[in-house]
Amino acid sequence: MIGMLGETGWSWQLDGWIVLVAILCAVASALLGCFLVLRRMSMLGDAISHAVLPGLAVAFFISHSRSSLPMFIGAVIVGILTAFFTEWIHRVGRVDKGASMGVVFTSLFALGLVMIVQAADKVDLDAGCVLYGSIELTPLDTMSLLGFEIPRAVITLGIVTVINLAFVLFFYKELKLSSFDPSLATTLGFNASLMHYLLMILVAVTAVASFESVGSVLVVAMFVVPPAAAYLLTNQLGMMLLLSVLLAVSSAFLGHLGAIHVPSWFGFQSTTTSGMMAVAAGAIFLITMLCSPSQGVLVKLIRRQALSLQIIADDVVAVLFRREETEGEEPKSASVTENELIEIIFCGRWSLRLVLRWLDRRDEIRMHDNRVELTEKGRLRAQNLVRSHRLWERYLQDYAGVDPSRVHPQAEKLEHFTDPRLRQQLNSETDAPQIDPHGRPIPDEPDFDSNID
Amino acid sequence: MATPETETASTSPLSIYDLTVAYHRKPVIWDVEFDIPAGSLVGVVGPNGAGKSTLLKAAMDLIPRASGRVSVFGKTYRQNRHRVGYVPQREGVDWDFPVNALDVVTMGLYGKIGWCSPVRPSHRRAAMEALSRVGIAELAKRQISQLSGGQQQRTFLARALVQDADLYLMDEPFAAVDAATEKAVVEILRDMKDDGKTSVVIHHDLQTVPDYFDYVILLNMRVVAHGPVADVFTPENLNKTYGGRLTLLDEVSNAMRRRDRSL
Repeated sequence: MIGMLGETGWSWQLDGWIVLVAILCAVASALLGCFLVLRRMSMLGDAISHAVLPGLAVAFFISHSRSSLPMFIGAVIVGILTAFFTEWIHRVGRVDKGASMGVVFTSLFALGLVMIVQAADKVDLDAGCVLYGSIELTPLDTMSLLGFEIPRAVITLGIVTVINLAFVLFFYKELKLSSFDPSLATTLGFNASLMHYLLMILVAVTAVASFESVGSVLVVAMFVVPPAAAYLLTNQLGMMLLLSVLLAVSSAFLGHLGAIHVPSWFGFQSTTTSGMMAVAAGAIFLITMLCSPSQGVLVKLIRRQALSLQIIADDVVAVLFRREETEGEEPKSASVTENELIEIIFCGRWSLRLVLRWLDRRDEIRMHDNRVELTEKGRLRAQNLVRSHRLWERYLQDYAGVDPSRVHPQAEKLEHFTDPRLRQQLNSETDAPQIDPHGRPIPDEPDFDSNID
Repeated sequence: MATPETETASTSPLSIYDLTVAYHRKPVIWDVEFDIPAGSLVGVVGPNGAGKSTLLKAAMDLIPRASGRVSVFGKTYRQNRHRVGYVPQREGVDWDFPVNALDVVTMGLYGKIGWCSPVRPSHRRAAMEALSRVGIAELAKRQISQLSGGQQQRTFLARALVQDADLYLMDEPFAAVDAATEKAVVEILRDMKDDGKTSVVIHHDLQTVPDYFDYVILLNMRVVAHGPVADVFTPENLNKTYGGRLTLLDEVSNAMRRRDRSL
C-alpha cells in the first residue's frame, strides 16, 4: 500500500491533510448519524445540510464578509429552524414527517440559491462549491497553532469531532433511551425533546463545519451510509457506533485513493475526492448488505442453499432406509442408483452428486458401480429421520387433527427440523407408539446419536 | 393548562380532577374525575377509542391537557415523577432497535442513575434480578426483536420493577400475550400490591376484571363509573360504557369544529 502511495506522488504534506479532513468529517457525521438512522430521521441530516444555504447567504449580506464566524452562526440558526419547522408542520399541518421535511428544506434551499445568485455578481460565493466542496484546496488554507501550520479545516472539523464524541459519550445513556422510547425518557425525567434539539443543533453544526471543505454531498452520505451499514452488522448500540466510525474512516481513506487512481484506469484525470468518498461509502454499504452475517443477501442465499442440500442428504439416506425395510433380508442391505434417486426425490443431478460425495466423505454411504448403499453410520442418521417422520405422522393425525391424506407431506417437511429433544417430546406426547398411521413400524431411538449433527 | 402549585388535601396515589384532553379541538376525554385508593389494583376498562391510553398519557404530561389537574401522592406529577412507573403499549416501541433485554430493563434505572453518569455493574445486577423475577433471566442477552410477544411484555414489566415506583401506570400489559405470561403478570401485580404499590392497568378482557382487580374505572370519553369492582362492575354500568359512543358529545364537538373553521 505504501509503495502504491509513493508511486502516484502521494505527498503527506498534501494528501495526508486531505485524508485527515475527510476522516474528521466522516467520523463527526457518522457518530450523530447512528442516532438519526435509529430515530428514522436519516433524511433530516440531508434536509439540514441543504437548508443552511439561506443562513450562509443572510450572514454574508449582513456581515459583508466571508469570514467564518457570522456564516457559521447564520447557518446553525437556520439549521435549527429547519428541525423546528419540520416538527411544527408535521404537528400542526398534520402532514407526514417526510413530506413536511421535504417542504421545509426544498423551500429554504431554493431561497438560499436565489440569494446566492443575487450576491454572485459581487462575490465568489459559489453555489457549486456548496454542493461538492473543495477538499483538495483545504491544505492550502492554513493557520498556525502552537507553532505548526495546520489547515483551518482540520482545526474546525477537529473541534466538531471532539464535541460530537463528547456528546455521544456523556449522553450515551440519554441518547439511547430517548431514541428507543421517548415517552419513557420523558417520564423518567430525561426530556426527550431537549435531546432531540441538542442532537439537531449538533447536526447543523457538523453540516456547516463540513460544508466549506467537503460540500453537502459528503456530509449527507456520511450521516446516513456508514451508520446504516453498521446497523446491518450488529445489534448492539455501542458496537454500531464503533463500526460506523470504522466504516466512515475506511470510506474516507478509500475515497481519496479512489479519486486518484480509478479515473486514471479509464484514462481520465483524478476526480473530486469528496464525491469519490461518498461513492466509496456506498460501495461499502453494498458489500455489507450482501455479506452481513445476519441480514446479508449472500449469506442468506448460501444458508438457504446449504439447507436444501442438507434436506437432499436426509432424503437420500431415508430412501435407502425404507428400501432396506421393504426388500432387505437379514443382514439388511439395499442399494439405489443415481437416476432412481433423482426420480424419487426430485432434485437436480449436480446437487445430488454434491450431496453424495459429501455423504461418502462422511462415511454415511458407500458407492460402487454407480449404486449407493448405506453404511452403519448412515443407517443411524436415517433411522432418526424415519423415526421423526413416523412420530410426526402419528402426532399430526391423532393429536393435531390433520386430515390423514395430508399427514405424509407435512411430516416430510417437519422431519428435517426435528432434533433429539423434540423427538423425545413427540414420543412422550404420543405415548410412545410402535407403528405409524399407515401401519409401518416406528424405529427405536438409536442408543447414541453423538455422530448425528 | 391549569397546574396549581398548591398541594391538594388528598394524598391518593393518583387523583384526577376535571381533566379534558383534545386532539385538534376534538375532545378525546371529557371532564374526567376520580381518586384512586392507595395500594389497590385498578383496572381501566372501556371500548376502543374511549380514551384510556390518552388518560394515562395526559396524567404523565406526555400530551397536553385542555384543562384539569392531576395530583400524584398529593403533589403535582412533576414533583413526584420519580414515584411513578410507566409501562407503555408494546406496539409503540421500535423492536428492531439495537438493544438486548437486559439493556431495556436497565433503562428503568436511568432515572436513579441520573444525567451523564454511566450504568454500573450494580445496576446491571439489579436488572438481572428483575429479569429472573419475571422468569426470563436466560434471555437477557437476546436482541429484543428475537423475543416473543409475551417475553417482550415481561421485559417491560421487569423494567417497571427495577424502577421501584409507588404508582404504576400500565397500558395494556395483557394485550396479545400467552396464557403463561398473563398468569405471571397477574402474580407480579399481586406481589406489588402486597408491597403497598398501586397499579392502574388498562385492560380489555371484561371476563377477568373481577379476578384481577379490586377497583375499576369504566371509561368512555368520560368516567361512566368508578369504585370497588363489587359495587361498580355491574351489567347496567357496562351497558352504559359500551352502549355506543356518546353521540351528543360527538355532535357538540363537531359543531365546535365547524364554527372554528368558519371563523
